[in-house]
Amino acid sequence: MAEMTYRDAVAAGIAQEMARDDSVVLFGEDVGAAGGVFKATVGLLEKFGPTRVVDTPISEQAILGAAMGAAMTGMRPIAEVMFSDFFAVCWDIVANEIAKTRYMTNGQVSLPLVIRSGNGGGSRFGAQHSQSIENWAMAVPGLKVVAPSTPRDVIGLLAAAVRDPDPVLFFEHKSLYATKGEVGQGEICDELGRAVVVREGDDVTIVALAQMVPRALHAAEELARDGIEAAVVDLRSLVPLDMTTVAASVRATGHLVTVEENPRLCGWGAELSSIVAEELLFDLDGPVVRVTTPHVPLPAADALEDAALPSPERIADGARRALA
Amino acid sequence: MSPPRAPAPDEAPSGSLDPGGSRPPARATRLALYTRMLEMRGFEKRAYDLFLSGLVKGTSHLGLGQEAIAAAFGTAMREDDYTFATYRGHNHALARGVPMTPVMGELMGRACGLMAGKGGSMHLTSVEHHMMGSYAIIGAHLTIANGAAWSAKARGSGQVAVCFFGDGTTNIGAFHEALNFAAVYELPVVFVCENNLWMEYTPIASVTAVARPAADRASAYGLEPVVLDGNDPDVMHAAAVAALGRARSGAGPSLLEALTYRHGGHSRADPGKYRSDEELSYWLGRDPVPAYRARLVAEGVEEAEIAAIEQQVAAAVDEATEAAKASGPPSLDLVEKDVFADGGASWRR
Repeated sequence: MAEMTYRDAVAAGIAQEMARDDSVVLFGEDVGAAGGVFKATVGLLEKFGPTRVVDTPISEQAILGAAMGAAMTGMRPIAEVMFSDFFAVCWDIVANEIAKTRYMTNGQVSLPLVIRSGNGGGSRFGAQHSQSIENWAMAVPGLKVVAPSTPRDVIGLLAAAVRDPDPVLFFEHKSLYATKGEVGQGEICDELGRAVVVREGDDVTIVALAQMVPRALHAAEELARDGIEAAVVDLRSLVPLDMTTVAASVRATGHLVTVEENPRLCGWGAELSSIVAEELLFDLDGPVVRVTTPHVPLPAADALEDAALPSPERIADGARRALA
Repeated sequence: MSPPRAPAPDEAPSGSLDPGGSRPPARATRLALYTRMLEMRGFEKRAYDLFLSGLVKGTSHLGLGQEAIAAAFGTAMREDDYTFATYRGHNHALARGVPMTPVMGELMGRACGLMAGKGGSMHLTSVEHHMMGSYAIIGAHLTIANGAAWSAKARGSGQVAVCFFGDGTTNIGAFHEALNFAAVYELPVVFVCENNLWMEYTPIASVTAVARPAADRASAYGLEPVVLDGNDPDVMHAAAVAALGRARSGAGPSLLEALTYRHGGHSRADPGKYRSDEELSYWLGRDPVPAYRARLVAEGVEEAEIAAIEQQVAAAVDEATEAAKASGPPSLDLVEKDVFADGGASWRR
């Protein structure tokens, strides 16, 4: 085991896959010579050379179109969209082309590609560089949606995404890049669609994703001081969605809190809540509580952004409401 | 401000800027060009008839009048070169050798359809024929063609990606992103603008800052401006050979603007009444199919040989129509198939 930052884990995961498979290539803005604006791709250009690690112009449509065309003709590209907010300028390629092509062609075309992107708030970047857009992605049939919360999972899930035959949107959380975690030796590759119970607890199930996972764990510690034991489930991917793990925990605790960083309307917690309402209503001993960012663009000032994003205190409050 | 107008006939090109500057193609090639054009013409006229009788549903964008461009490239391309086309893509699918029956079946929503009815007229794709898709959102496929070209270059396969699009595409952002990208990485891609003078219902000249919507933008990407008579199969064939050769040799992308005209409206719902009689009759007089027939006869091809080709093609169109009509609706389980590579649509476990 060695300690590694989340940002170094991104480079390590990409390197692991590029070393394993010559058809894996990386391109995006500043991913090569500069090592990425978040320094998440440092060393890859030196290791794999300019034909496999390619600096592109600021042309998100061209980047993702190229990823698609390369994927449909035998490559396994990893493309970067620097900030997930920028998906708005290339959403046609994502939602109309990449997501739908296998279906429209009756299975003729496979698109084994990964689009990595810096997602989420906490960096005081304002409304156009801080969004959590995982709910946009989840709403489009044909996309897989992954968002790791730890350095170890960055490698394991990135490897799984690269090896997956379907297009995967891989959301790296900007506020987690500097965080550290233990990473094992040797190759790491997970399976997409497996949630992990990161804290056991009998009283309430808190389901979270990405940056909300450490915050939910923090909330669980706070709740424990009041004698409430919360189970915390790290979803890790929204598509595929591991309802099996979520349902098992909800059956055991009888209470569910979802913690979403995305704005409230049509967030993934709403989907989870509706599934629980349809299928697990009689296992519940209280209302499902959704803790989300309010339905607002994210403000820039630290005090305002902190007030908008779900905090450990709000998550703990949510759990208490679920148990009330 | 004067009302917008399409170029008057005397503004249309009388000759061409032929980047190949070459001799006419060989006799066999010319017969292949004529055969391909006839297939497209016969197919599209039949598709139109089938709309009128309610057998083709939804929308469709016919390539009547624009056959020379597709036929020329289809004849000049290597078997494993990639085609990327727009929603006006029936001609381009046929040009790559996709059989008529599955294309007709796709238009009619039948089980025998090229994608079993899951794509429709605007999304014809046959990977087997390297017909990598028809794309219905303006501009996107230029960027996707780049990716195929990039992959071909990385794999050292010698393949070229050819990307066809209309004049209207030159005003959308993806066009400019794609041209720059292709030029920067010297990709083996040929961009072919089929300038039929009308952007849907609007004259392209009235909404474009320059007179030649593609060629006048070429210099912005370090490319040669090329304007071609898109209704002359020989001119287009020579241009295709030259551009494909350039791409294959590693010299990078080309941008060709081929002047042509669609005989019908933009789509099924459009009778095209916004065009003047004068303009329409001028361009019908430049119809590539009868003009090429006359050229072949003038240059010594036997009338009987041409008539035999025409009979064969007419029979093939009839046969495809009947085969598609005889095919049933697609199996309903297709609704939830092939969203993901495991064959299904399941998003949860």
